[in-house]
Amino acid sequence: MVRFGLVIDVSRCVGCYNCFLACRDEHVGNDYLPVSLAQPAADQRWIDIRERERGSFPKVKVDYVPVPCLHCTDAPCIDAATGGAIYRRDDGIVLIDPAKAVGQRDLVAACPYRVIFWNEAGNVPQKCTMCAHLLDDGWKEPRCVEVCPTQAIVFGDLADRHSDIAKLHAAKRVEDLHPEFETKPLVRYLELPKRFVVGEIVLADDVDRPAEGVGIVLDSAGKRLTTRTDNYGDFEFAGLTEQADYRLRIEHAGYRTREIAIPVGACLNLGTIVLEPI
Amino acid sequence: MQVFTSCTNAGPITVYVKDGRIVRVRPLVADEKDFRPWTIEAGGQRYSPPKKFNVAPFVLAERDRVYSNDRIKYPLKRVDFDPDGARNPGSRGKVGYERISWDEALDIVAREIKRVQSSYGPSAVAAMTSSHHNWGMVGYKISAFARFFNLIGHTPVLDNPDSWEGWHWGATHTYGFYWRLGMPEPYDMLEDALKHAEMVVYWSNDPDTTRGVYTGYDAAIWRQWLKEKGVKMIFIDPFHNHTAAAMGGKWIAPRPGTDAALALAIAHVWIVEGTYDKAYVADRTLGFDSFKDYVLGTSDGIAKTPGWASAESGVPTHTIVALAREWAEKRTMLAAGARGGEGGACRQAYGTEWARLMVLLQAMRGLGKPGIGIWGTAMGAPRNNAVWFPAYGDPEGRMAHSKVAKFLPENPVKQRLYRLLVPDAILDPPVAWQGEGFCNRSLEQQFTPFTYPMPGCSEVKLWYRYGGSFIGTMTDSSKWPRMYQSPKLEFVVNQDCWWTGETRFADIILPACTQLERDDIGEWGEPGGQSKAGSSGCNFRVIVRLKKCIEPLWESKSDYQIFTLLARRLGVEQEYTEGNSDIDWARKFFEISDLAKIMTWDEFDRKGYHIVNVPEDYRSTPALRWFAEGRACDTPDPGNPKRLTDKAHELGTDSGKIEFVSASLQKFGPDDAERPPMPRYLPSWEGHRSAAAATYPLQLITPHPRFSFHTHYDKHAAWLDEIPGHRIRRDGYAWWPARIHPDDAAARGIRNGNIVKLHNDRATVLCIAVVTERVRRGVVHSYVSSSKYEPLQPGKAGSPDRGGCVALLTPGRMMAKSVAGMAANSCLIEIAKWDD
Repeated sequence: MVRFGLVIDVSRCVGCYNCFLACRDEHVGNDYLPVSLAQPAADQRWIDIRERERGSFPKVKVDYVPVPCLHCTDAPCIDAATGGAIYRRDDGIVLIDPAKAVGQRDLVAACPYRVIFWNEAGNVPQKCTMCAHLLDDGWKEPRCVEVCPTQAIVFGDLADRHSDIAKLHAAKRVEDLHPEFETKPLVRYLELPKRFVVGEIVLADDVDRPAEGVGIVLDSAGKRLTTRTDNYGDFEFAGLTEQADYRLRIEHAGYRTREIAIPVGACLNLGTIVLEPI
Repeated sequence: MQVFTSCTNAGPITVYVKDGRIVRVRPLVADEKDFRPWTIEAGGQRYSPPKKFNVAPFVLAERDRVYSNDRIKYPLKRVDFDPDGARNPGSRGKVGYERISWDEALDIVAREIKRVQSSYGPSAVAAMTSSHHNWGMVGYKISAFARFFNLIGHTPVLDNPDSWEGWHWGATHTYGFYWRLGMPEPYDMLEDALKHAEMVVYWSNDPDTTRGVYTGYDAAIWRQWLKEKGVKMIFIDPFHNHTAAAMGGKWIAPRPGTDAALALAIAHVWIVEGTYDKAYVADRTLGFDSFKDYVLGTSDGIAKTPGWASAESGVPTHTIVALAREWAEKRTMLAAGARGGEGGACRQAYGTEWARLMVLLQAMRGLGKPGIGIWGTAMGAPRNNAVWFPAYGDPEGRMAHSKVAKFLPENPVKQRLYRLLVPDAILDPPVAWQGEGFCNRSLEQQFTPFTYPMPGCSEVKLWYRYGGSFIGTMTDSSKWPRMYQSPKLEFVVNQDCWWTGETRFADIILPACTQLERDDIGEWGEPGGQSKAGSSGCNFRVIVRLKKCIEPLWESKSDYQIFTLLARRLGVEQEYTEGNSDIDWARKFFEISDLAKIMTWDEFDRKGYHIVNVPEDYRSTPALRWFAEGRACDTPDPGNPKRLTDKAHELGTDSGKIEFVSASLQKFGPDDAERPPMPRYLPSWEGHRSAAAATYPLQLITPHPRFSFHTHYDKHAAWLDEIPGHRIRRDGYAWWPARIHPDDAAARGIRNGNIVKLHNDRATVLCIAVVTERVRRGVVHSYVSSSKYEPLQPGKAGSPDRGGCVALLTPGRMMAKSVAGMAANSCLIEIAKWDD
C-alpha cells in the first residue's frame, strides 16, 4: 500500500518562498473538486514559511521552517470534523471534503499546527492537499517539491523502502515538528532548529589578537559538553534543549576563571566575554 | 487544456491554458531524456545537478502578474492634456486619465513625433527603456524598441552600470575585463571551487538575493554542496544577508563606506607577516612597492593597520587579524563583483576604490590559482560554449543591429543623455559627464566627455518612456516627477504592461501586452555580449520558443505591433517590419544560430525548447588559470581582445598585468584625487564622519531586492505582498520594510511593525519598521526598487511617499568627480515614528 509523505530538511531551506508561490499558482482561482476548492487570492498559507531570527548581533541565525498540512496519522482535525468532513485516503493524504465541511469553522482551531484556514466566501475550511489532484493525475510530486531549488523538500512513498524518502528515514534522524502533539505526521523534518549558546572571548591584556583555543565547558544535570574557541575567538554550543538550565565555565591558564549561569529558555549570544589576567 | 513554453527573465516556464485563460505556470517541463547532466568530481564526491530548472520566486507569480488589476488595459489620455490646446504639463502625476481608442492614441503620438521632429529636429525626441521587464529577442528593448527609434531618429539615453558601478569604473583599471564591464570571466569556477576552495568570502554579495541576475535559483544547490563539503563561509556586509542566513558562517559587519579600509588592513597583515604570494606579485603584477609603502604608512604617515581599520569600520581589531590570517591560510574564493554577485559596496562614494582593492587582495593570494578566484558563486557551471545562439548583448541578437534584417536603420542623432542625469538635463541644462555608461570597448572610453545639449542638437521635447520606474531605482529620484512637470517636455508617452510609479506622469499611455501574449524566442539567462556565458549560472543551457499563450488582454498589443502601427503612420512601416511578423523575426534568429544545424524550425517550434547539453568530452578551462600559469588564454571568452594573439597570456590592462598602480588612470587622470592611479581609502562624502551625520545619524543601505527584479513584479503580483521579506500588509496596505537595529529603534520609540518615516533633506519615505539584529547599529537596510510611488499629495515631489521608493532619499551626487556612477549606498537619514 502506497503511503505518501514529505521530509523537509530545514538546514537546506534558503527561505526563497518558491514553495509558497507555487502553491498559490496551483490553487488560487482553481477548483480541483472533489479534492479542493480554490484558494482565495490572499491570506491563506497552505505552506507557511515560519521564519525565526535567533541570537543577537553579530551572532545571528535565521531559520525557515516550511509548514504545510502535516497529514497526521492521528489527525485531531479528523476527530473534530462532523459528517466525515475530513478524511484520510488510503495513501495517507488527509483531505477536507469541500462539500461536507461547509460551515465547520471550528475545524480551523482543531489543528494544533495552525495549518487549516477559513474561506469566508466559500464558508469552508481549507488546507494543503499534498496536491492530491496532481498525484491522482500521475504527477510525480506536489508543486512545492518541484520548485524547491535545494531539494529541501523530499516527497515519496514511505512504504517503498527503495524510495528516497524511505532512505532518508532510514539514514537520518527524522523528527516531528511538535512531538508533544503526538499526531504521528507523515510530513516530518530534518535538522529542526535547536537551542544554541554562542559567544566571543577576548583576553584583556591582548585585545587586538583573536583568543583562539580557549577551553569552555557547559554543564547541565550531570552532562558535560566542551569546546574551544575558534580562530576568531568565537565559540558555540549547538543542539541544546530549551527545558534545561546550563552552567558555562571558561578556564584559561593565566586568566581568571569565569562562570556564567544560563537559565532555561531561548538561544543566547553571550556577546564578548573579556578574560582578565590573574 | 493547452500547454505552451515560454521564458521569463529568471527562468523558463510551461504555461497551462484552459478556455483562453492561464491556469498554471510551472518551471519548464522538459522530457527527462533531454537532460544530460554534467558531473564534477571533487573530494571523493560526484556532484551533478537535478534534472530541472530552478526559477526565481517571482516567476511563480507570473500568472498573478499577467492578470493584475494593475495592467494598463486601454489607451489613455491625461484628462487635461489637449495636443491642440492646453497641455497643462504641471498637472502630470496629479490628475486622472480618460480612455481613448487606439486610433486616437496612435494618431496623437505619431503627430507629436512629426511635429517635434520637424520643429526641432530628430534629436528633440528621446526614448528610454528600463532593464529587462520582459524576455525574448524580438520583444526585448534592443530589438523592437531600438529598431523603431533608430529608424525615426532620437537622442538615446545611456545606461549607467547601476548594479556593479565600482567594478566598471574601478576594477577595469586594475585587471582589464572592460569587455565584461569590469567583472571577471566566469568559466568553470564551480568546479574549481568544489575541487580546491577551503573558504568563500562573500564581500558585499548576497547571491541568494541577486541570484545569477537572470539565472533563477539554479546555483543555490552549489552553495549547499560547498556548505556540506565543509567549506568555510564568511559574510562581510552591514546586513546579515539572505545567503548568510542560509549558509551560517561568520558575519562581519563594517560601517557602510569603510570596506576599503578593511581591505587595506587585511593587506597590512599579509605584508607585515609576509604571508602574501610574493612570486605571483613579482611576476604577475606591477606597482606593488608603492602600494606597500601606502599600506605600511611609509608614504603618508598612516599605517593601515587592523587597529586603524577597526576605528573606521567598527569591526574589532582581532576579527580583522583573524580574517586576514585565515584568508592567508586557506585557498579562498572571493565572492565579490563577479556577475551575479554585485553588492552595495560598489554603489557608494568612491566605490571604485573598494572594487580595485578586491582585485588586489586576490592578486596578493595568486588570483587564478586553484581555489583562488573572484567568483560570486552564481556563475561558472560547465557550459557547452560551442553551440552559438545570439542573445540581446550580441549585435546579432537584436532586430536593430542583426543580419536577420535586410536593412539596419542608423540613428542619425549623435546627441546622448545619461540615465542618472536625465532630469537634470531637462530641468537645468547644460549637463556634462565623462564616460559612455557601458564602456566595453576600451579603458579610454571611460574618459570620453559628453555634454547635453550637444552643439547643433535640440534639447529634448518629446520623452518616450517604456517599462519600469526609475523613481524606484535611480538616485535622488524626486528629480523625476519634477522633470515630468516641466513645460520643457512638450509631450510624454509611457508604453508599458503595468502601472508603475512613473506611468502616471505621461500624457498618453499605451498598453503593451506581456510576453505570454506574443511570440518570441530566447535563451534562458544568457545576455551574450559583455556578459557572455552568463547562462553558465544555469545548470542546463536551454533555448526556448516563447509562445503566445493567450490573446493580448484587454486592449493591449505587443510592443512590436505598437511600433509597427506608429511606423505606418510615420510612413516607414515597410522599413520597420520588412514584412515580418514577430514570429518571422523569431524564426530568423533561429535560422542564423547553430540551433538550425541541430534541428529544423518546425521541430523546435513543436517541441518548444532545446537543451544544449555539455559534451561528454568537456574540457574545463578555469577562469584566469591561464594568467596565473603564464599561458595563453584558453577560456572561450570571445570579448577578450588579446585572446588568440601573441599577447594572449596578458590581461586587458595596458601592461597586461594586474596593476597596483593603474597605467590607464596614470595616463588619463594622474592627478585625480578621487580615483587616484593607486587605490586608497577615501572617507565617504556622505558617511559616518560627514557633518550631515549630526542631523541624519543613520546610514541607509539599499541593495537589490530578493522577491522582485528592479521594479518588475513588485506591485503587479499581489501574492508577493504576503512574503514578509518583500512587503508587509498593515491596515490594508502593503508597506515596504525598513530594517533597523533594536537599539536604534528603542532610542526612537519605534517598535516592530510601526509605520515610520525615513527622511533627510532630499525626501521622506514611509516604510514599515522591521526591528532586527540583522543590521549593525547605525545602519538601516531597505531594498531599492519599489514599483509603487504614492506621494501623499499625488504628483507632488517632496511629499512623503508611502510606496517605499527609498531611492528618493539617496544622493544624486556621482561616485567621484570623474566617475559617473551612482552612489546610492552613501546615504544619511533619520527615522521617526509616523503618527499621521
